Amino acid sequence: MHMTVTDLACARGSLQVLAGVSFPLSPGQALILRGPNGSGKTTLLRTLAGLTPPLSGKIVAEPDAIAYAGHADGLKAQLSVAENLRFWAGIFGGSGIDDAVSAFDLAELLDRPAGELSAGQKRRLSLARLLVTGRAIWCLDEPTVSLDASNVARFAAAVGAHLAGGGSAIIATHIDLGLPQADILDISPFVAKSLPVSDPFSDEAFA
Amino acid sequence: MIGLFKRDLALAVRAGGGFGLGLAFFLIVTVLVPFGVGPNTGILSTIAPGILWLGALLACLLSLDRVFQLDWEDGSLDLLATSPLPLENVAAIKALAHWVTTGLPLVVAAPILGVLLNLPGPGYGWLMASLALGTPALSAIGTFGAALTVGLKRGGLLLSLLVLPLYVPTLIFGALVVTRGAAGLDATTPLALLAGITLATIATLPFAAAAALRVNLR
Repeated sequence: MHMTVTDLACARGSLQVLAGVSFPLSPGQALILRGPNGSGKTTLLRTLAGLTPPLSGKIVAEPDAIAYAGHADGLKAQLSVAENLRFWAGIFGGSGIDDAVSAFDLAELLDRPAGELSAGQKRRLSLARLLVTGRAIWCLDEPTVSLDASNVARFAAAVGAHLAGGGSAIIATHIDLGLPQADILDISPFVAKSLPVSDPFSDEAFA
Repeated sequence: MIGLFKRDLALAVRAGGGFGLGLAFFLIVTVLVPFGVGPNTGILSTIAPGILWLGALLACLLSLDRVFQLDWEDGSLDLLATSPLPLENVAAIKALAHWVTTGLPLVVAAPILGVLLNLPGPGYGWLMASLALGTPALSAIGTFGAALTVGLKRGGLLLSLLVLPLYVPTLIFGALVVTRGAAGLDATTPLALLAGITLATIATLPFAAAAALRVNLR
């Protein structure tokens, strides 16, 4: 599924963070976002996912194509691993959870409450959610946090399989996932000079 | 949609959920009032409609900050906002789940607590009818308030201040239904007005709540 981003400007709160971001994304392609802390990787991903409206520029993608995974795992501690996955599968109208369970080796944990999992296990469950969404474009923010080496490899394999199936991914990460189809987008040139965004409401209120 | 509703109900009844919180508060208020006011049954009968409605209203208020805050804290709200489910539906489902876990138990418990306050006989039917028709408005208004304050640290105070004025019409007509009913008068007019308020809030506030959520998720 194609996605085209043209001259995008993003803001976090009342500060403009990025300006002039442009890139195409084609099926089977992975885009790795690089940039120092605070440069706006999370803001860009949230804008692409539709959580924050862009200040200017265009994001052209099919509706409901993007699955977003942020820093927070989005898990309910009181629900079991299987219940968490089934809930999201139901919300996204996806298929069963079996593929997701096997891709992230969660079979032995299915009946455990998510609150009793370790940080790495929670992350695996959170990433497994991507597979049950059935969405084509994955927007991932630091997906490998608290994963050990073998699980990073498992995650890279899942992304690889997703790309091979015609999906695509935009990933903010600092480690090398070893994906052959990955292009690197360094966002430091797009960092805006922290211009305050003019807001008609607050301008009016404080005029 | 049904999945979200079921999940919210499951979360409410499991450990750490808010189920029973409002009910326990309602119980405490109505049990303590006779101790504070004294055992004069004439006074208790007079104030019973107001106390029962006030207790129900405050019990609803108590669990409002959980409606969106927990989902916001663990990131689920971001994921719900990017899901195929429109935020309007999310807000409506959240309000419904809040009513089922908070308002509905109050409707069922109210007649029993009415006995403690010496509510006159003809008032019981009106009490249940008014709570059944009025508490959905409390949940709908409260969900809107919760959407406005989601993401604020210690937003509970602001939430109460925002929501309480909006609760006033429901309280006035709800208590009036029970007062008139308990006095043996016809209470269909305030009951119709109460139902009107409820229908209006259910029809409009999920849209307002969704708009507030979109702004707060930026």
